Parts: sequence; structure tokens; C-alpha cells
Amino acid sequence: MLNLPILRWGTPYTSLEVEEVVHFLSGQPLARVSQANTGLLVRDMRYAQRARDALREVPCRELTEMMKKAADLYLHATLPMGDGEQSPDDFARQQSATTGLPEHMSKGNMQKNHFVLSRMDQILDALTRGLDLKILTQGYGAEPRGVLVSYQAQTPALGMVLPSNSPGVHTLWLPVIPMQIALVLKPGPQEPWTPYRMAAAFTQAGVPKEAISIYPGGADMGATVVNSLHRSMIFGGTATVERYKGNPRVQVHGPGFSKIVLGDDVVDEWEKYLDIMVDSVYLNSGRGCINCSGIWASRHTKEIARAIAERIGPIEALPPEDPRAALAAFTVPGAAQAVWRQIAQEAQEPGVTDMTSSHGPRLIEKERCAYLRPTVMHCDSPDRAMANREYMFPFVSVVTCPQEKILDRIGFTLVCTVITNDRALQRAYVDARHIDRLNVGPIPTIKLDWLQPHEGNIVDFLFRARAFQTPVDSAAG
Amino acid sequence: MEFPRGGNVSGNPRGTNGRPSCPEEKKPGQNQLSGGTPSGSFLRSMNSAPATDSANLVRRAQEARERLDAQVREMIHWHFNPQTGCPFWLDFASKLGWDPREEIHQFSDLRRFPPFEDDWLRGGPVRRWAPKGLAHLPAYVFETGGTTGVPKSRLGFNDFREDYEVFSRTLPNEHFPPGANWLMLGPSGPRRLRLAVEHLCQHRGGVCFCVDLDPRWVIQLIRKGWLDELELYKQHVIDQALTILEAGHDIQCMFTTPKLLESLALGLERRGTTIRKAGIKGIFSGGTEFTPQWTRFATEELLDGTYMTPTYGNTLMGLACSRPVTAEDGYKIAYYAPQPRAAIEVVSFDDRDQVVPHGKTGRVRLTTLTKEFFVPGFLERDEGEREPPCALYPWDGISGVRPFRKFAATTVVGVY
Repeated sequence: MLNLPILRWGTPYTSLEVEEVVHFLSGQPLARVSQANTGLLVRDMRYAQRARDALREVPCRELTEMMKKAADLYLHATLPMGDGEQSPDDFARQQSATTGLPEHMSKGNMQKNHFVLSRMDQILDALTRGLDLKILTQGYGAEPRGVLVSYQAQTPALGMVLPSNSPGVHTLWLPVIPMQIALVLKPGPQEPWTPYRMAAAFTQAGVPKEAISIYPGGADMGATVVNSLHRSMIFGGTATVERYKGNPRVQVHGPGFSKIVLGDDVVDEWEKYLDIMVDSVYLNSGRGCINCSGIWASRHTKEIARAIAERIGPIEALPPEDPRAALAAFTVPGAAQAVWRQIAQEAQEPGVTDMTSSHGPRLIEKERCAYLRPTVMHCDSPDRAMANREYMFPFVSVVTCPQEKILDRIGFTLVCTVITNDRALQRAYVDARHIDRLNVGPIPTIKLDWLQPHEGNIVDFLFRARAFQTPVDSAAG
Repeated sequence: MEFPRGGNVSGNPRGTNGRPSCPEEKKPGQNQLSGGTPSGSFLRSMNSAPATDSANLVRRAQEARERLDAQVREMIHWHFNPQTGCPFWLDFASKLGWDPREEIHQFSDLRRFPPFEDDWLRGGPVRRWAPKGLAHLPAYVFETGGTTGVPKSRLGFNDFREDYEVFSRTLPNEHFPPGANWLMLGPSGPRRLRLAVEHLCQHRGGVCFCVDLDPRWVIQLIRKGWLDELELYKQHVIDQALTILEAGHDIQCMFTTPKLLESLALGLERRGTTIRKAGIKGIFSGGTEFTPQWTRFATEELLDGTYMTPTYGNTLMGLACSRPVTAEDGYKIAYYAPQPRAAIEVVSFDDRDQVVPHGKTGRVRLTTLTKEFFVPGFLERDEGEREPPCALYPWDGISGVRPFRKFAATTVVGVY
């Protein structure tokens, strides 16, 4: 069994409190993870500026090259992991075993992280809109067009309060180190693997080890990360989103309520878009905030719901090592049962039809975990409680709503794919402020363009553009 | 007024204070403490020790047990005597169908009482808890709980002084100098803690400065999710403490909770100083959960060499001391009740009358046995592991104290 220490600016620290991370099916312990007390982090943050200074000793371009090297190490190398080591296959198995995600999806997420790391130069170029990264190092500089600009770092380190259930989110913090901002990671209790493996890959690639801290711990540790750093990213449910809403120091990532909207001009040809709808709902086990949880149209909704149900309703819960496995397990005791109770209760509302009921039971209970099989609900009106729900498995409500009312009724939507050729309708969706990522046309909600920001541009979150004046000669270089 | 010399009951994690001495041995015949019957595992654990030490500990454990039984008899006769007992217990006895004075002879007989329900302590009239034998004395009321609803009340007369005088004998003079001034940084209001700490300080010849923290408001802030306000309130409390410490009062000793101690140490650090450099030589801490990791962190990174001893207690029982805490022992914290005035048992989760074997986990059951207050077998909202008697405290203790698992998810803990 591996022992994973706390990393205090790169220095391992073994706590007297450890939590065992266990296999979700067998209960076999896979790692003993040192648990940090909050005071450790508070004291260590005195040295956050030192961590950024260490990174600023390395030019951004070199750090970007290190990311490419780290990408290959992360994907292919056997790397140190606590008091042992870990091959890429070990990683996929361990991540799957503790999070419930099928192994092939863990490997898929590794490819995703590798993709982002290995294209870091393009991603930073896109996110900074072509800024010379030396300007981030120095805080100011002249652009080629002769304009003096200043970008001031708002924090020496970014805090990350990471989830257990969605390894895909790690791509969000990968661009931070090459911008010479240090990292303070609080891993999800069941997913310590990516932060430690990524830290090992970064270090082996040449990133100063004192630039990365990892503090496993409970909920109080998450709150302490947020309180102790000038900029933090946190993942959570609606309550977490509400708590930190409007706090400029915190970028909060919660439920996505992502949706597909079919315009009146295309809805009669809905079958053309069935693959897009199905993929958006169930790929990557439907866990992501970018998975589609609502499909809205003015007509044909029952046929759409039935067709989706016929495609994904029969999907079975398979063992995590099965390459055909499409569902992730709920590993927290009682969680799947609680979710299903809520769904079953809301399905009783008149106007709501469970379109997957003919495909067998949805709740599959195992000895130490449970699964929820893909579920499709039809709502005859946006007034149904079920019309705007998101769960951690392939779940979608297909909602009947007049086109002109959809924008008013869909609520916050992280990713919206609107399929229409109606220019006025497209314009209305472009203007809608409650939609974050917008796809106009038949694009799955889960298809991300890494060159575009996700829920806010991380460069804008970490750096503030401000006025800055100095004699021209001083701005050179 | 008498002060002990050198012995420390509670832990110096660095083990620099020498071999602790036993409060029993300092004052034979006064405040004698007693303990549980040694179990098989306890005897086995002693087999590894030198034979004379083991035999001595067995003998002292037996003596402690006898003192506890004697205390039980004395208290039963006091509380169930119509001339001295309080209305609550006299009324209670009238409905029992048996006379406790006739049938309770030793500690284990207390199981004949039904479980003590904390709801009995909520609401009035408060004087139903006043023993007739003490009714002529000025009374205090101390509360616990009460964030919402009616708090539990304990009527008090002099126990808070006596409990802390007993405790005082466990504090090493080296770290708690006689005559030193104190800072009490923690919950006061309706709690007995403030008066008790102040008396402890006065008993040792000092003057006690107090900075209040209202835990009921803290719990409200947490429940409402008003975390910014919580941080502001904590800072408000710490700022007051920093001001007092910097005001030239020569404060050398403190009581505070682990969380406030951490905040204070970090606050001092931000000002370029430390707990030790601020003049603090000794701290006794309690009120919220202590973990070995936190104690290690405090020792290695917060205290700058200042002595700290963990305690466990509440308004109903008094104060349990910890045996010496050392790095070699993994900063394990084991508490021992102030027997025979109070006793801690670790009982099965399924059978409240079944004490678990040494080293095993169970729920905390408290018994208080003073003339002011009789509480037989109150199930506390904590759990932990049963510890065998030790040289310092020859009766059962408890380690790893934490919220009882059944309540842990709904209890707001460690808030101040």
C-alpha cells in the first residue's frame, strides 16, 4: 500500500492522521493519505511568494516546454508516488478503483490531460490573446504594436479545492505553473492520484518542487484553502456555488445544467441530431458539468426522449476494468439511493414520464457501491420540477417548451448547444448572459475547445490588466 | 495556599519536564483519586513492565477502586438523604421502588439507575438541583449547549473551585509559575469555565485577564454559512488577546481552546513574535477536540517551546487531565477523570452497561460524584478508546476522544 504524504512546498510531511483510500468494490486499501491540519497550510502560505519567486527564476517559455515534457512523463513514465512508484497503468487502475470511474475512462482523461499539457504554448497564446509571457513575469511590458501594458498577478499561488468524482477537471489548473503562479492543491478524498502524479511529472520535468503544495484533508481544509489564498478555484454543489457567488477571490465550479436546444426550424429533423444528443448525455459516464442534462424543444419531445431512452436505457453496469463499461459507480454509501429516491419522487408529478422504465431497474445496488443506469425523463412543461435537474450519471430531461420561452426558462446553463439556422434566435442565444459556453450548431456539449476559456478565463482570474506608465526605455525587454 | 513542585501531569510533548509525579502522592488523604478494576488486558500490558512496578500499579489501581466505591457510598447517602439531598433526586428515589442508600454500595451498583438523561437538566425550576445540605450557600448556574433551545443547567456552589484546585496540583510550577498572571481566552458567559480558570489563577496567586468568545454565536455563524463574519469574529477575539498580551501585564499562563491557540500563535507570528516570546510559559488547553497531529503541529511549529497540556472536560464532569504526551508515543492523548469526584467509562455502543476492553472503542459515559452534583452514567456525545491505568493515574482513561460517530455528521464541533 502506498503512503502519500502532505507536500509542503515540495517537502513531504507525513501526518499522524491518515485516511485510507479503498477500492470501491473490494474495500481493499490502496493508499494511506496523510491528512493535513488547517494550521499547517495557514503557516505555509507565508512562503507563497517564495514559491512564485522560484517559478519566476524560470522563464515562462521554459516552463511551457517543461509542461510538454511533463505531459509525456505523466502519460508514459513510472513516477514516484509517495513512498512507492506508479506506472501509467497503475494510475488508471487506482483512479478507477477509488473513484468508480471505468478504467478506460481514466485512460481517456489521461489523454485529455496530456493533450492540454503538450499544447500548452498554444493554449496560453489563446488565453492571453497572444501576450508576450515575459509581461506576466515582469508585470508590464510593451506589446509589438507599441502599447505599454501591465498584467499584475493577483496571487502568488492558486488554491485548488478539487473534487473526487470528475478527474476531467484537472485540465483547468494545468496552465497555472507556466504562468509562474504556484499551486496549492487540496485533492478530493477519493482522487488523490492526479495531483500527486502531476506534481511528480512536473518536478521530473524541471519545475521547481517548491512551487507545488498538496494538502489532503476534510471540508475544513477546503475552506482554509479558499480563505488563505487570494485566488482559489473550488468545485462543489449548488450550495458551494451560492456560498462563493460574487466573491472575486474565488472561481466556483458547480453543476452545469448543460443543455441542447432545438430550434423550431430544425426540430422536425430531430433524428439528424440524435447522435449528438446521446453523446452529450452519456459519454464519460454523464458525470461532467458539460454533460447534457436537458434537451428543450417545442415539439417532438416525446419521440426524442423515447429515441434517446432506446439508445442509452439498455446500458448495463459493468465492472470497471471492462472496456465496454459506460457507467461510473457511486462509491459514497447511500448516495445513489438518495438520488434515486428524489428522482422517483419527482417522477410522480403529472406531466413527467420515465421513458427508461421499460428498460429495467435503474438503481443497481452492489455490496459496497451502487450504480444508476441512464435515465431519460420527459416533461410536458418547464413547470415540472424534473425539467431542470442534474445528477452524477447519464440523466436527461427532455422538455416541451415553446421556442420563445425557452431562454427565459432554462436558467443557468454552463454549456448550451443551440441548433438552429434562425439568425434572430442565434443572436438571442449569443446575447443570453445566463449561458456560459455557447455552441451554435450541432456540436455535442461535451466537446471542448481547449483554446477557449472555461467558466471564465484563468488568465483574467490570476492577472489584472491595469494602467501602468514608465519611460519607454524602461519598458523594454 | 500551597503550590506543587515540579511534577507535571499533562504532557510536555518534548518530554523535558522529567518524570511526572502523582497528585495522589503529594497529598495523601486529600482528594484521593481512585479507579477501575484492572482488566485482563491491563494486567497483560503490565507484564512487560518490571514486576515491582506492575505489582505496585495493580495495588494502587485496587486502592483507587476502593476509594471510588467509598465515594459512591458517601455520595449516595448524601443525595438520597431527605435532610441533605436535592428535590430532583429525592423525588426520583420516591418513584424507584427501592432505596439507593440500601442497595448501592459500589461504583458498579450505579448501573441500577436508569440512564441519566440530559433533558432532565433543561428548564426549571433550577433549585430542584440544590442539595438541601448546601442550600444555605450562594449558588451559581452554569450552562452548556443552548445554541438553540433551552440549555442544560448545572447548579454550582464550590465544585468549580475544588475541581480546579485539584487540577492546579497537576500543573508544574516551572511552566505555571506561582503568582503569575493569566489570560483566559475562551468561552465565558454562562459557562463555568471562566470562573473556574479565574479561580485557578487566583488560587495560584495571580490575576486573570479574560477575553470572551461566544460559542453559541460561532455555531450560528457556521450553520448560516456566514464564514466571513465568522472570520471577523475570530479576528476580533484574537485582536483583544493580542492587545492584552502586549499591554505590559506580565501574563505568563493561559487557558485557551486549540483553535484559538492556533489563531493566537499565527497572529503573534504575523507580528514577528511567538507565544513564548510574548511571555507565555504554560498553557492548558481544552474545550474542543485535540488530535495527536494537531498537538504535534502545535509543539513543533506554534508554541516555540512553551509548555501545553491538553484537557478534556465539560460543565457536568469537571476536568480530565492528560497523561504526559510525547513524540515517542505518537503524541497520543489519553485523559483521566478526576476520580473519585468523577469517573469516565468507555462503554459499548450497543450496551451502555458494558465497558469495552482496553484499547477498544466505545462511547464515553460520565459519572459525577460530588456533594453538589450527582450524575450516574451520563452518555456523552463523544467516543474514544479505553486506556489502561497508568502510574500517574491508576484508573481507566480514554484516548482518541472525538464526536460520537452517530452524531458526528450533525454536530458542529471544534468551533472555537
